[in-house]
Formats: sequence, structure tokens, C-alpha cells
Amino acid sequence: MKCRVCRAPGVIDIRRHNANFCADHFLRYCREQVARTIKEFDMAAPGDRLLVAVSGGKDSLALWDILLELGYDVDGLYVGLGIGDYSDVSGTYVQNFVSTFLEPRGERSTTTLTHIDLRSEYDYDVPTAADATGRAPCSACGLSKRHLFDKAAREGDYDVLVTGHNLDDEAAVLYGNVMKWQIDYLARQRPVLAAENGFPKKAKPLVRLSERETAAYCVLRGIDYQVEECPMAAGNRHLEYKHALAAAEEASPGMKQAFYFGYLRDAAELFEQSNDGAPDGAPALLACESCGSPTSGDTNGQPRCAFCRLSQRAAAAEPVPVELLQTRRR
Amino acid sequence: MLVKLRNPSKDLIFDGPMSVVKLLKKLDLQRESVLVIRDGTLVPGDAVLPDDAEVEIRPVISGG
Ligand code: SF4
Ligand SMILES: [Zn+2]
Ligand SMILES: [Zn+2]
Repeated sequence: MKCRVCRAPGVIDIRRHNANFCADHFLRYCREQVARTIKEFDMAAPGDRLLVAVSGGKDSLALWDILLELGYDVDGLYVGLGIGDYSDVSGTYVQNFVSTFLEPRGERSTTTLTHIDLRSEYDYDVPTAADATGRAPCSACGLSKRHLFDKAAREGDYDVLVTGHNLDDEAAVLYGNVMKWQIDYLARQRPVLAAENGFPKKAKPLVRLSERETAAYCVLRGIDYQVEECPMAAGNRHLEYKHALAAAEEASPGMKQAFYFGYLRDAAELFEQSNDGAPDGAPALLACESCGSPTSGDTNGQPRCAFCRLSQRAAAAEPVPVELLQTRRR
Repeated sequence: MLVKLRNPSKDLIFDGPMSVVKLLKKLDLQRESVLVIRDGTLVPGDAVLPDDAEVEIRPVISGG
């Protein structure tokens, strides 16, 4: 197996492109794919300030590194979710990345990391929020993260909020949306969403890279990341969809990319149009009475956002350790 | 050879030499779903692992 570019011994094969690469050319390939994606979907312009949401996992750390290598002005944001040891270890990987990859850049880098901790700043954590509200953990977690990312991007005056969603993530979400014909979600499943109604512009620059590629990027670049799964992820739908797609990809390499990019090319617009024509449309947004974020209000039409409702209920509850939540949910 | 699985962690011993493809087959793993790591770098599918090798098999599918 030889590198497609330099004919040196290859370390990785990418079956859907029928290509092998040595370590150096693989790292370059990943950066080129990201640069191409940013350009193709108009994700960021030169001089833009980017905020990347980092979790300590392979995707977000690879993305942060790639964006810096491509010369972007990009800061990191980490949210401590309070999911037991998992969160503590994840935070350590983010810190290690900062000290190994950012600090040695010295004055060449003005990149900063902001750390928000749910428990110390909002008086709750994800397991407690899930238990107190009856939501699935990933739903309570996703709501919290989205709110805090949006808020940080708005308050820090960033031009784009970027996340590490990769090709497998997006293909799995698309698969789930199609399986359930979630027309409104399909209409919004784009790798870039413009700023609107007080929400920041959002982009997913890794959609051309599979998760095997982002993991390989980290290994070859020497980035240590959280390999363990989040204990709340077990048995979630997203993972089931990924396994279904992995089986299809194994049988016919390139299927996943054709599914997702074919959707963007040929079908996304149709769903957007059909959704625009919906008679009730999107409700007008109000400012949340406790945090000021844009919200469509609660069931009584009060201007209180979903995050404030969740965090207030969770903060009033006794803390639930992750192990206990796992047994309760079983 | 020593084979370290992750998620959950488990150490296994196999007789070498053996190719990566064959090892993954024995473990019933899809090649696209894992990376094989040895001495801090990746081992391609066609490589043959010697009997004294120590490798990590790292899953890449995550559910977050
Ligand atoms: S798996 Fe679910 S609970 Fe865990 S970090 Fe991801 S979204 Fe949050
Ligand atoms: Zn090469
Ligand atoms: Zn609010």
C-alpha cells in the first residue's frame, strides 16, 4: 500500500476515494477537505472570528487544530456537563490540547479557551437535569449545550459558531430524519445555517471527513482525545443509525457520502421550499424574561426559554449522580 | 502478540505473525469502524503484525 501522492508506504486507506496516504499527506488531505468545505458552503470569510465548541473528543479537537493550521482566528469553548468521571477526563483532554498545541505557538497564537461549568455556574449537571425533567439525557445535554454555545457566540461577538459534526454524524441524522419523515428537521439539515433571529451563524466544516478520518487525524497528529464513550450514549438512536449505515458502507464504499451529499445537492432545497410554504410558519420570537435569549416562549406563551425552564428545575433538584441515573433508566 | 481493545477495555493474546485484515476478521470487526495503532502510528490493513507486536484496536464510532 503506497501513498497516492508520494509513493512512500501508506498508513491509511480511504476506500470511498480509493486512495491511500502516508501520514503527512493524510494530514494535508484532511485540511484540504475542510478548506474545500468552508469555501463550497461559504462557512467563513477571511478575517472572520470563529468559535469552536470542543468536547475533548476526536472531532472537535481535530477541527480546532485544522482551523488553526488553515490560518483561521478561532477560539475554543468547552462546557463541563457534570457526567461523572467522563466529563472530568474530557476536560483534561481539552486542557492537554491547549498546553501541547496552543501554548507552544506563543505569540503566533492569540487563541483562547473558555470553560463553562454547568454545576458551578448554573447549579446543575446533565444527569440531574435528565432526572428532574424526565428528558432523555442527550436531550437535556443537547439543549444545554446549544443554548450556551449560542450565548457565548453572541456575547463574544463571533461571526461563526463551528462544531465538529462529521460525515457519519450528518449521514446518521439524515437517515433518522428520513426514517421518521421529519420534514421540518430535513429542511434545516444544512452544513451551514445563516445567522437569524439573534442566533449566530453555524457551520460544520468536517462534513467531508468520516469519523475514522478524524480519529486517524488525531492519532497521526499526536492529539490525545477522549476515546471512551459517554455513559449516557449507550443504546441511543444515533448510534443505531450509525451501525446501520456502517454495514451499508462496508458493502459499498462511498454510500454514506453519496447519501448525504446527494441529499444536499438534489433534495434539501425541495424540503426547504415545502417548509417555507407551511401555513403557520415560524412563530415570532420574544426575548426570554430571565436570560434575554430569543425564544418562542413556553406553553403559556410566557417569554421564558427552554434552557431557563430546564436549568431552573434542575437546579432546584437534589443532584443525581450519573451511576444512579443509569440504574433508574434501566 | 498483545491486542488491546478499547470500549470496553480488554487485552487479548494472539499468535503472530498475522495480517491486520486477518486479525480484524478473527475479532469480527469492520475495518471502517476501527483504527489499528502501533507505536503511536496507524497500521494499514495489509501490514503483517509480528508475534511480539503490541497493538491497540480503537473504535471510531461515537454516539454523542
Ligand atoms: S452522549 Fe448524550 S449526554 Fe453524552 S455528551 Fe453526547 S449528547 Fe451529551
Ligand atoms: Zn505521501
Ligand atoms: Zn432564558
